[in-house]
Amino acid sequence: MYISDKYDVIVIGAGHAGVEAALAAARMGCKTLLATLSLDNIALMPCNPSVGGPAKGHLVREIDALGGQMGLSTDEACIQMRMLNTGKGYAVHALRAQADKPFYHVLMKKIVENQANLDVKQLMIDKLHVRNDEVVGVEAETGEFFEAYSVILATGTYLRGRIVYGEVNYEAGPNGLRSANKLSNSLLESGVELMRFKTGTPARLDARTLDYSKMEIQAGDEKTRNFSFMSTITEREQVPCWLTYTNKLTHDIINENINLSGMFNGLVEGVGPRYCPSIESKIVRFADKERHQLFVEPEGRNTNEMYIQGMSTSLPADVQLKFLQTIPGLENAKMMRPGYAIDYDCLDPLQLQASLEHKNIKGLFSAGQANGSSGYEEAAAQGLMAGINAVRKLQGKEAFVLGRNEAYIGVLIDDLVTKGTNEPYRMMTSRAEYRLLLRQDNADLRLTEKGREIGLVDDKRYEAFTEKRTSLERAIHYLGGTYINPTDENNAKLVEIGTTPVKTGLSLLELLRRKELNYDKLKSVFTMPEVSDLVEEQAEIFAKYEGYIKKQKSAVEKTLKLENKLIPAAFDYTKIKELSSEAMEKLDKVKPVSIGQASRISGVSPADISVLMIALEVNRQKGEQSEL
Amino acid sequence: MHTDDTISAIITALGTGAVGIIRISGDKSIEIAEKIFVAQSGKYLSAEPSHKMSYGKIKDENDEFVDEVLAVCMKNPHSYTAEDVVEIQCHGGVESLKTILSLTYKHGARPAEPGEFTKRAFLNGRIDLAQAEAVMDIINSRSEASLKLALRQQEGFLSKELKAIREELMGVIVNLEAVIDYPEDDIEDVTYEAVEGHIRSAQSKVEQLLKNAHTGKILREGLKTVIVGRPNVGKSSLLNALLKEDRAIVSEYAGTTRDVIEEQVLIGDVPLVLTDTAGIRETEDFVEKIGVDKSKEMLEKAELAIIVVDGMENLQEEDLEILKVATSKDYVIMVNKVDLGYTETKAKLEKIYGSEHVIEISAKTKAGLDNFIKWLENYAFGKEGTLNEGAYVQNARHEDLLIKAAKNLEDSISACENLLPYDCVTIDVQAAINNMGEITGQAVRDEIINEIFAKFCVGK
Repeated sequence: MYISDKYDVIVIGAGHAGVEAALAAARMGCKTLLATLSLDNIALMPCNPSVGGPAKGHLVREIDALGGQMGLSTDEACIQMRMLNTGKGYAVHALRAQADKPFYHVLMKKIVENQANLDVKQLMIDKLHVRNDEVVGVEAETGEFFEAYSVILATGTYLRGRIVYGEVNYEAGPNGLRSANKLSNSLLESGVELMRFKTGTPARLDARTLDYSKMEIQAGDEKTRNFSFMSTITEREQVPCWLTYTNKLTHDIINENINLSGMFNGLVEGVGPRYCPSIESKIVRFADKERHQLFVEPEGRNTNEMYIQGMSTSLPADVQLKFLQTIPGLENAKMMRPGYAIDYDCLDPLQLQASLEHKNIKGLFSAGQANGSSGYEEAAAQGLMAGINAVRKLQGKEAFVLGRNEAYIGVLIDDLVTKGTNEPYRMMTSRAEYRLLLRQDNADLRLTEKGREIGLVDDKRYEAFTEKRTSLERAIHYLGGTYINPTDENNAKLVEIGTTPVKTGLSLLELLRRKELNYDKLKSVFTMPEVSDLVEEQAEIFAKYEGYIKKQKSAVEKTLKLENKLIPAAFDYTKIKELSSEAMEKLDKVKPVSIGQASRISGVSPADISVLMIALEVNRQKGEQSEL
Repeated sequence: MHTDDTISAIITALGTGAVGIIRISGDKSIEIAEKIFVAQSGKYLSAEPSHKMSYGKIKDENDEFVDEVLAVCMKNPHSYTAEDVVEIQCHGGVESLKTILSLTYKHGARPAEPGEFTKRAFLNGRIDLAQAEAVMDIINSRSEASLKLALRQQEGFLSKELKAIREELMGVIVNLEAVIDYPEDDIEDVTYEAVEGHIRSAQSKVEQLLKNAHTGKILREGLKTVIVGRPNVGKSSLLNALLKEDRAIVSEYAGTTRDVIEEQVLIGDVPLVLTDTAGIRETEDFVEKIGVDKSKEMLEKAELAIIVVDGMENLQEEDLEILKVATSKDYVIMVNKVDLGYTETKAKLEKIYGSEHVIEISAKTKAGLDNFIKWLENYAFGKEGTLNEGAYVQNARHEDLLIKAAKNLEDSISACENLLPYDCVTIDVQAAINNMGEITGQAVRDEIINEIFAKFCVGK
């Protein structure tokens, strides 16, 4: 072993978490190393070719608002964009892109390679070096030792990764890439607790062998949208996806071969996600469902590989092909890659602080699937936060933690470090209690100021943001202060745009609240500020949702008080005999930073919280007495 | 968990003490007190020095006088709980105390739990260590007691009802959330009609529980009833008929806040508290003194108005005025002297007020009294007219939470009616589920997600 170099921050893994972590650290001025098992697989999308969707799209917007990369790159690599849930309310509008997977990789590779302060190296990291409970560096299989103040684990599914389908069973990362087989042991030796999770992916079929006349076309939206608040793309050539269904024959084949599935033959050990079940699990669990839908999605503009969403499986390759060929449109399909299940090691996220730093090992951060989450977006969000916090630690600044009322990122990390997870954790809008505040349309208003303070929002983004914010504030001010009085002329105009006349003077803002009106309609008859479409939309949401937003804000106010009641890090829960034993055990493990966090731990009852608050006060008073 | 909201409770023993005190503690205590207390001096409580007594009146939301009181504001940290505290001293009558307490609830306070003022005092560093253990005991015993209570409720009607309501609402939420989080999955879409239907059904069940809470209150405290009508329509003979019908007069005592005589009488299974019975007797002797003004005053305090009209005569101006005032309460119209065979007045009343509010009676022959008893039992106990064992909410905190749940459900129904998007509808429904969860101690968020996966085949 020899010392090769010294870095401020070393990121292990260059997937979606690792890329964001490394970019954030480097952009914040730290000398950073991004270590990957393969330079050819940076920001690889080993599963579905899409980014976004409910809650996930929100995460991408938040990453972008803070100065992260995912939104910008997705916009550029996008081959189809849709806004989902448009009929269900602004809070759950969900932007979802189909990405050109190979191109996304190329884009991201170029970005990390050209980032100042950032070295990108192909390295197998075997060992984490920890001295006095503090990270000192990492050791590669080459014998090189890299010193570091902070190390961020972004190891994805590579830690002791193992691919299973049918009898096929081998050690590998996704797509048969090398797995990292030694790092797990080194982590265990350092006192890191690991869990074993499982995920899976479906087969890829040859686009030339599919009969599209038997499937329903799923086209992108006509209106061009972007994830990033900075993207200027206004036109995009789009590629369609296709919808088709399984049938009884498909199910029969799967049932006949169920014992051959890695999921059922005992070869897969890890816990899989419920929201991403294999087709064999779906058929077993929902036996009376006559058909399951599947989307056929292109993996890129320059490849024939088609992703078969909904058909994730660990059945043998021949069975996979056989059941796929029972599906309308896929009768003559040729399989290019079989689906597989993959087992991997990950950290129990309860070991982490909200900064994503390990509670017992200083300078060790962790992000993405390594923390038991699932999904590119969840990974990127954590990577960004881990990168930011690794740097802030070096700068001697307090950790950057987002509240559950501030961002989906906050909900994601708080859930992981407070409740833990017993399956790969996927973000859903229903996990967020203040959904109406955390909209994807206002991510910049929520977060860009914070990103600026951190140092990730450059002048260009900040100027665009402040301009938008000012324009919105002015518009709201004008709308709220401009009254439409019940004159014959005004009322005629109102009738003209399809609404009822006013009896007393109403402000434009109050009129905008009417269901049948929007900004454009009002603008067609009254003088309204000339603002961008996005600002118009913000003004509409502000008017129409005001009542509900107030409700949520007052709910937030209530809980914030509990969040502000802090618990000293060294507090000894085992000494409080009045706590229920389950609560004592959980509190001791999680070591919540506040009463608010404590109250979200499952198994901790309101009575336990009362006891805890009293014990804290006793502690505080004792502390005061001993000082006297 | 509520540790920072504003709480209020009666802190003196309930009964016939000379003075009763209501304590309000928390950030909003002064604000709440100012909404109900009007000082003689005209000064706001917040403008007065801490710990200075102010003399004044309590007024209800209709600006009606409730009681004359002394109020004192103790600003933090110089109060029992070290929070802003307002204490209101009133005349000590149960009625007055309860009215004032419920006014504090209406303006944003919530019922304090046993030991909660002391708990806050401790948490805010007001009480020394020696007392800490005692406080812990209170909380322990409370959680034990509530556990026992919960177990009892588990078997009881209330918990069964709540569970059914909760399940119905969870069904709504889970459907909505599944459709929201899995927009492209093969899930049957939700219709506003269906959602609204379920919410309405849940709401009517909550309302029923609240009505049962009303029953509980009637059984505990008696149904405040007043008999009104212009002179000589037979109020006095009706009263006598009622009293003679059932001799179970429980007590006769002077009212607590004013010179109103109350008599408790059991009619059927319903305990009535008849107010101003003396006034009625008086009236018949001094006809000219009594009229609409007197009726108005009596109605103020009553929950139920028994309006007596003379069925032998046509309705007179004064009848109409009394009807107008009295029908703002819950009411029943007794058409007296039916034995004399004139039917036009009754027919007219039924036309205006609906036959369910009109009962024929002869105070003299007692004909129709049994109809009245049936009506009364129905009013007090619901359609079945019988007592349902354990079916009523008796705990003030539970009632408070159910009222909030009903309000949230009402909001969600109006959201459905206005076709507001799902993300708004779910907020109110979840709030209602949370209200009920605070009674039964069930958390909701994780359960929603578990239910989605149990119920729907979703995911890629």
